[in-house]
Amino acid sequence: MILQGLTFYVFAAIAVGAGVMVVSARNPVHSVLFLILAFFTSAGLFVLIGVEFLAMVLVVVYVGAVAVLFLFVVMMLDINFVELREGFLQYMPIGALLGIILLVELLLVLGTASVEPEAMPIGTEPIPALSERHNTAALGDVLYTKYIYLFQAAGMILLIAMVGAIVLTHRRRPNVRKQVIAKQLARRRDEAVELKKVQPGQGV
Amino acid sequence: MMTNAHDYAVAAPEIFLAAASMAMLMIGVFRGNGATRLLCWLAVAVFAVALMLVLQAPAEKAVTFAGAFVTDAFTSFVKVMVLIASAAALVMSLGYIRNEGMERFEYPVLIVLAALGMLMMVSANDLIALYMGIELQSLSLYVIAAFKRDSVRSTEAGLKYFVLGALSSGMLLYGCSLIYGFTGATGFDAILAAQQGQDHASIGLLIGIVFMCSGLAFKVSAVPFHMWTPDVYEGAPTPVTAFFAIAPKIAALALFMRALIVPFFGIAGDWQQILVVISVASMLLGAFAAIGQSNIKRLMAYSSIGHVGYALIGLAAGSAEGVRGVLIYLTIYLAMNAGTFACILCMRRKTGMVEGIDDLAGLAKSNPLMAAALAVFMFSMAGIPPLGGFFGKFYVFVAAINAELYALAVIGVLASVVGSFYYLRIVKVMYFDDEAEPFERPIGMEMRAIIGLTCVFVTFFAFYTAPFVAGAQSAAAALVP
Repeated sequence: MILQGLTFYVFAAIAVGAGVMVVSARNPVHSVLFLILAFFTSAGLFVLIGVEFLAMVLVVVYVGAVAVLFLFVVMMLDINFVELREGFLQYMPIGALLGIILLVELLLVLGTASVEPEAMPIGTEPIPALSERHNTAALGDVLYTKYIYLFQAAGMILLIAMVGAIVLTHRRRPNVRKQVIAKQLARRRDEAVELKKVQPGQGV
Repeated sequence: MMTNAHDYAVAAPEIFLAAASMAMLMIGVFRGNGATRLLCWLAVAVFAVALMLVLQAPAEKAVTFAGAFVTDAFTSFVKVMVLIASAAALVMSLGYIRNEGMERFEYPVLIVLAALGMLMMVSANDLIALYMGIELQSLSLYVIAAFKRDSVRSTEAGLKYFVLGALSSGMLLYGCSLIYGFTGATGFDAILAAQQGQDHASIGLLIGIVFMCSGLAFKVSAVPFHMWTPDVYEGAPTPVTAFFAIAPKIAALALFMRALIVPFFGIAGDWQQILVVISVASMLLGAFAAIGQSNIKRLMAYSSIGHVGYALIGLAAGSAEGVRGVLIYLTIYLAMNAGTFACILCMRRKTGMVEGIDDLAGLAKSNPLMAAALAVFMFSMAGIPPLGGFFGKFYVFVAAINAELYALAVIGVLASVVGSFYYLRIVKVMYFDDEAEPFERPIGMEMRAIIGLTCVFVTFFAFYTAPFVAGAQSAAAALVP
């Protein structure tokens, strides 16, 4: 128990610290690296509460794809981040004010309301105990059976995203040399190689 | 282990559209952009087959996929409209995409995918299914809006639509999460069961409903979430605008009705007032903001905002009669808008497409038939009897009066008086102004067919009102308990 508590506080402290560094680091590359650190420590926190699937997804999706994408954007595009931040101080007070107003409103509303206790069991999937079935397997049990419709719909959405990206960005450039394997295979030796008899002292 | 046997036959039109879209994609990939015309007609055939599948489905309520997907008389009615609207929009684009260099095979495929998303929206019986349908539809629409990617205005339209659409999806999701949090369920029937015996929503649930309404109001472009509409309608290629104006509006309004009436029927008093405000604001803005427009696509954008306001009157009434009114309204709206946009797509000179209202000057002399058809559509939109538009308005106003929403009905009538000004101005420009340079002729066969059919439908609606009202009645009865 003590070990668990200790691990939690270490991970939590690192996650919060990394989060602060993400927004305050001057160098955008450092920001992205801190972001990756924050993702990893959050994944550790997830493992701690026994949701290993979410931890895995966090590392695979966020660290593997999103953070690397950010890194690419930061490094490949010539964006002047100092310039982007110029208005920051000017807009911060009003932004913070709006954020606080929204927060207070939501706290007032949601703080006073209580979740109906009898509403809780309605429609919820019985979750097997962790000792019985790991949550990755438990998710798999319902994902491809009960939720097959939503799963397939998500697949269609990704297909559209792919088609859309190609439609909007792909351009067929002329004069691009492409590998034509059939052409390469059809080439014979006498087409490709020409034997020259070179006389000594004369060159070709 | 649990076993789930789903009844896939219930979702036959959707499964067919999904499979067909992928098959079309394969044809396009192998045959290249030269196959665009073939694929467009193939897509129309696909819509026709899907229409058959929708029509042969039994009218009784059928639920599948663990309650996420529902079909009944209501979904069938709306799906028929959505499929016809999509097919009409596609047929209208044929000439345009050839002339404007938009002939790329992804266009019909994306329209089919958008139609798939719309059918899923109409059949959604669960908050997650609702979101999936909306995203499937919206994502295709964002891409189609920016389809003319070398035109700055088209890309701007696509980007604006995308950013604002993403924002509205965020609001919708936030609302859905609150609803889930306060009822413990995502299925519409389970949400209704969770608030058994209450006649007022708990405050958290209410906030969820408000956020969900905001998100959905964005999708139907109701005031105050209408800002994107004029810019997107103006910037997007015209046949795409025609598609936007008819099919997604119908699907989103149907979704709006189901998402409020089925899960929140017991607390109707809580959300009715939201809809009354949205409806009044949309009608007024549609009527007044359209007056100053000189671009006909922008004018149609404001007009569609106004029409959404009228349709929402029926939803605000929250009764079977109101739903019936909305369905009749949408049927006529579909015909009027398809016809009007077909006319707009015929506004082509040697220099290219024109979009100004002034360009219509003297159309009555250069092309009297088209002018007459456009005049019929404008009179109908203004709601002048005996044209179809009058009946659409009539049935929603009757529903509002029977629901004792007198103020709403009165404001609606007044707004439609103001609205007639700009509709009639178009008629005046066509018939009484000095002739401008005539448009290119002949207009395509398919355009003539669409203009002719919709014109006949709108003009003689009074003679066959009964079957439509009966159909809408049984559809509404399936939705409202």
